[in-house]
Amino acid sequence: MEFEAVIGLEVHVQINTKSKIFCGCPTKFGEEPNRNTCPICLGMPGVLPVLNREAVNLGLKTALATGCKINPLSRFSRKNYFYPDLPKGYQISQYELPLAERGRVCIKTGGKEKAIGITRIHLEEDAGKSIHGENLGDPASSYVDFNRTGVPLMEIVSEPEMHSPEEAREYLQNLKSILEYIEVSDCNMEEGSLRCDANISLRPVGQKELGTKTELKNMNSFRNVQRALEHEVERQTHLLQNGKAIIQGSRLWDAAKNETVSMREKEEAHDYRYFPEPDLPPVAVDQDWINGIEKTLPELPAAKRERFVSQYGIPEYDAGVLTASRSVADYYERCVSLAGNPKIVSNWVMGDVLRVLKEKNMTVEQFSVTPERLASMIGMISSGTISGAIAKTVFEEMSATGKDPKAIVEEKGLAQISDEKAIEEMVDAVLASHPVELETYKKGKETLFGFFVGQAMKAAKGKANPSLINKILKEKLSRLKGCDQ
Amino acid sequence: MKISEKEVEHIARLSRLELEPEEKPRMAEQLGKILDYMAKLNELDTEGTEPTSHVLPIQNVFREDGVARHFAGADLMASAPKKDKGHYQVPKILGS
Repeated sequence: MEFEAVIGLEVHVQINTKSKIFCGCPTKFGEEPNRNTCPICLGMPGVLPVLNREAVNLGLKTALATGCKINPLSRFSRKNYFYPDLPKGYQISQYELPLAERGRVCIKTGGKEKAIGITRIHLEEDAGKSIHGENLGDPASSYVDFNRTGVPLMEIVSEPEMHSPEEAREYLQNLKSILEYIEVSDCNMEEGSLRCDANISLRPVGQKELGTKTELKNMNSFRNVQRALEHEVERQTHLLQNGKAIIQGSRLWDAAKNETVSMREKEEAHDYRYFPEPDLPPVAVDQDWINGIEKTLPELPAAKRERFVSQYGIPEYDAGVLTASRSVADYYERCVSLAGNPKIVSNWVMGDVLRVLKEKNMTVEQFSVTPERLASMIGMISSGTISGAIAKTVFEEMSATGKDPKAIVEEKGLAQISDEKAIEEMVDAVLASHPVELETYKKGKETLFGFFVGQAMKAAKGKANPSLINKILKEKLSRLKGCDQ
Repeated sequence: MKISEKEVEHIARLSRLELEPEEKPRMAEQLGKILDYMAKLNELDTEGTEPTSHVLPIQNVFREDGVARHFAGADLMASAPKKDKGHYQVPKILGS
């Protein structure tokens, strides 16, 4: 039997505010344990949480960027459960009236475009961090750091509308791209500022009714989300084909073992007994507020991608790669404004620039090859000062030393030889030193032409103008052939 | 409304309360009475009354996003029953 996967994602994002959602403690990452705490986030009796306006602003910004409907009235609720990293015994979250609902994120896989629905976006507070046993001290104890307790989070829940692990990954990547563009979060999965859980079930192709789902947790990279889902599709398919039932529940992804394992949970774990948070009055958002936020929205990835295609005439694929990150898109545009040649600039940015950034694990803002330098180098190619092959050397040198391309070309004597006389001498020398090959060529093995080009280029240390070599070599060879006949 | 002892046990576990066996029937009776009283309130005609979650008619109480430190972490930790290495120390969370 053929099965279809049904996948929905729940994404938690830390919102970029200076202070926590309900108190003035800093949200700064990496402070000494429990330094960023106060009686409010520690849940001492008698304290009063007060909502951080900026957290709401950034939530609204996200809602608008994903086409959500903003609820005119939303409120907070208490989600009750006991865990040592949750000092109050409840998490302040939103339940029946979230900040926003019914949006979408567009994805494209296998050339097909599709909108994935967003069910809801709500605000809540993060929990603390526990360290277990011997990782810090006594094996029979756990240790709690409340610095993260009360850091504002946004939960973005998708509809179960993805049907393959690739679609899920694409959705997550596009969502992340939007969140980065609008600067609401750092979206660093490794550091935990973006976390993703996935619900997945299978059903026979054509069936409307959903199968039993499992929830996957602990996937700390985009690649792992896709791998965990691929594994889970396989596992569930195997069970169903053998007539076994899927057991509903949470499963932890183990990246090292490449498998998911069931988390043993107590039955009552999900009895959260939500009720309205009496300490926080409702949030009312009117059109004026929405209009104000709308003005702060930048051009979003999808719009930028379309504009790149129409304005610069580059392929859609290029536009997709270049606009995935706002800073790379800005880098590209700056380069094109200086050097023209949109497709050539695109090739350099997609290829060498992104490769080096990945190798050096740095952002484009930190890159020593500024748009000005790359543009200047591309200018030297189009003016014929350097060849495309030499440009690769210049680029490597620029990214290693941070020097100006003109200085590098001068220092290393990399300028292209376009002097016909000099090239003619080189070609003559090559022909003279390869009499055997020359004879074979004359007898009709014309594929040796490339061999001579290569030898001449080698003699010129790669600096000769390739079209001149071609032209001169062609003339010489046809003359030599002509003489013999 | 009748509350069973099983329901009492469930609620007690969620609240991390330990009840003596003889307390359970008493709790069942008292919780039942509370629910009876709520049922009485349900008899009121609330047609045309907006549901509310707060007693005061206020909305949009915010603080601006600024950092304010009023306490040192160590002072706050002073009242914790157990602490070590800058952390609150608790019984081990994960079972072995």
